[in-house]
Amino acid sequence: MKVAFLGATAGMGRALSRKMASRGDILFLLGLDPEDLARSAADLGTDGARPAGVAVLDLADPSSFAGALERAEAALGGLDAVVCTAGMFATQEALEADPALAERVLHVDFTGTVLFCEEARKRLLARGGGTLCVFSSVAGERGRKPVALYGAAKAGLTRYLEALDHKHRAEGLRVVTVKPGFVKTGMTAGLAPPPFAGEPDEVAARVLRAIDRGSPVVYAPAAWGPIMAVIRSLPRAVMRRVSF
Amino acid sequence: MNDTLSGWGRLPVPGREKLSENLERLTEGAVLCRGLGRSYGDSALPPAGHPEVVTTTLADRLLGLDTQTGLLRAEAGVSIAQLNERLLPRGWFVPVTPGTQFVTLGGAVAADVHGKNHHVDGCFGEHVQRLRMRLADGRIVNAEPDGENADLFWATVGGMGLTGHVLDVELRMRRVRSPWIHQETRRVDDIDEYIDALKDAAQKWPFTVGWIDCLSRGKSLGRGILMAGDWADPETAPARYPKPFPKITMPFELPSWVLGRASVKAFNFGFYYKHLPRKMEGITHWQSFFYPLDMVRHWNRMYGPRGFTQYQCVLPDEAGRGAARRVLELLSRRGGASFLCVIKDCGPENRGLLSFPRKGISIALDIAVRDDTQALVDALNEQVIAEGGRIYLAKDSFTRPDHFRAMESARLERFREARAKWDPEGRIRSAQSVRLLGDRP
Repeated sequence: MKVAFLGATAGMGRALSRKMASRGDILFLLGLDPEDLARSAADLGTDGARPAGVAVLDLADPSSFAGALERAEAALGGLDAVVCTAGMFATQEALEADPALAERVLHVDFTGTVLFCEEARKRLLARGGGTLCVFSSVAGERGRKPVALYGAAKAGLTRYLEALDHKHRAEGLRVVTVKPGFVKTGMTAGLAPPPFAGEPDEVAARVLRAIDRGSPVVYAPAAWGPIMAVIRSLPRAVMRRVSF
Repeated sequence: MNDTLSGWGRLPVPGREKLSENLERLTEGAVLCRGLGRSYGDSALPPAGHPEVVTTTLADRLLGLDTQTGLLRAEAGVSIAQLNERLLPRGWFVPVTPGTQFVTLGGAVAADVHGKNHHVDGCFGEHVQRLRMRLADGRIVNAEPDGENADLFWATVGGMGLTGHVLDVELRMRRVRSPWIHQETRRVDDIDEYIDALKDAAQKWPFTVGWIDCLSRGKSLGRGILMAGDWADPETAPARYPKPFPKITMPFELPSWVLGRASVKAFNFGFYYKHLPRKMEGITHWQSFFYPLDMVRHWNRMYGPRGFTQYQCVLPDEAGRGAARRVLELLSRRGGASFLCVIKDCGPENRGLLSFPRKGISIALDIAVRDDTQALVDALNEQVIAEGGRIYLAKDSFTRPDHFRAMESARLERFREARAKWDPEGRIRSAQSVRLLGDRP
């Protein structure tokens, strides 16, 4: 599979890109920092398929999207899938305290990511379809106190991805929305892990299966599926009282 | 949040970990780095005045393997377990491994770890070609054994993380003939015979180690099992790749009385007499040969709520043939029950200013913490000082600073000079350096 991968340098993206490279998928890495991209490319190349190249892409800057994906497609000599694990996270307290940070997180996690998907969608459809796998979050499932702002961006992203799947599946575009729960990565370092906190590796294994099957929605780790089903069904009166 | 940290011996201090994939940014202004927390004592624990340590484990990328020379460049948080998982299937193994694979490369450099091949291959640091380090003043520099910043290199190898933060490590990996081990084990009747057998096996085998029963007294003091091995020839090894072992976890801590004298005695008795034939030989799994204890995750919970310490010392050859017996007799006299007692001969000392091994015999004892543990460690240290030996900082939580100075006077002076040069403000420090080197808390 020829894959343009945004976010392979850290966390779940690092784990997923390793699994893909080690089974022979050819990746092209997109990300913020060229040095960091080079390190991840070297890591993947050490015991898996060497990535076809790297290019700088900033989710906050939509003008960088087309050029970077163009380079990916050219270097890969085709494009079967686009994966986006990148995003920003900050705690509700930090976001409330810093409107500029809130603006950036909302912009990156919603506007930036959606516009990136638009660019990816166009390219995949032009080639007759493919897979677009994007990491949203369980934070977007319900309006919850600790993730009011971050969750709002992810909720919007989830809805967009759902519509994209409805709109284009018949044309061969398979949209896979990943909803991770709490996963122990650098992004969540410093937060107390709740019960059922997952490891990036187990998330990666689940996501890879979902990509291969074209499953439209995947919760990872698996336990978060039933947990979120319960949370989605709680009445507002209960949600107002609970702290999660 | 859980605001304590402990070493593998489970003696907690106030502390918290700071993690990120970006080790370069994370180490700016850091006081101490910590890897997988397998050092037993307080060497990876923060000083009281600065309870935050940088944990390196998310910096786990391999940055390139030269398949001609075996030269591997990797980030400091990569563990030997990850290398085994990723590179052993392709025929590469670390040049030196300690008895657990759950150590990071940064930790392996800091403790200058040694393994079953010390008598032929020396310590981990001797196979490192370059370190990329963040210094206390924020600069990032390279250090090489014979080139750039060689003094920093040899202060860092075995320097317990006190000279700067290791970011990347370049080391020479080894090609192995097969992923299986050809092993020979022998039953030996007492400590003196055991040590002769160990030195004898060292002539023939690249990997040797042994377990002894340090509860039996008198004539059979130190009877034990000597293990020797080498990578198996492809002709004699199974054609398949060894399956990874299932993960067993010690789910909770055992009450302290479980590992009492009687149970340890029973275990040792069984272990010894299981080995009925004097000599056994065969092909074995690399995990059971190198990492028998790794098979049980959290095995340190076995020692109960008070935790445990490991006492490891090396007795130089000059101390003579009876030195190991004298240490074991002291332990036996004081009623110290050690579940595990591992004895290994060491090759020559290297250039690491505080690297542990030197030509002689290394003894490692696991000791459950009791009211008299401090007194027991003091007595053992006095004996080791009398024999001209030294202790291994990666295991230690109880040694007194004056005992440590008595063991290390000349080397310690040079180490202090190196730290004064590379960290003049004394920013980088650990709970251990506060205890043993008099750093500010």
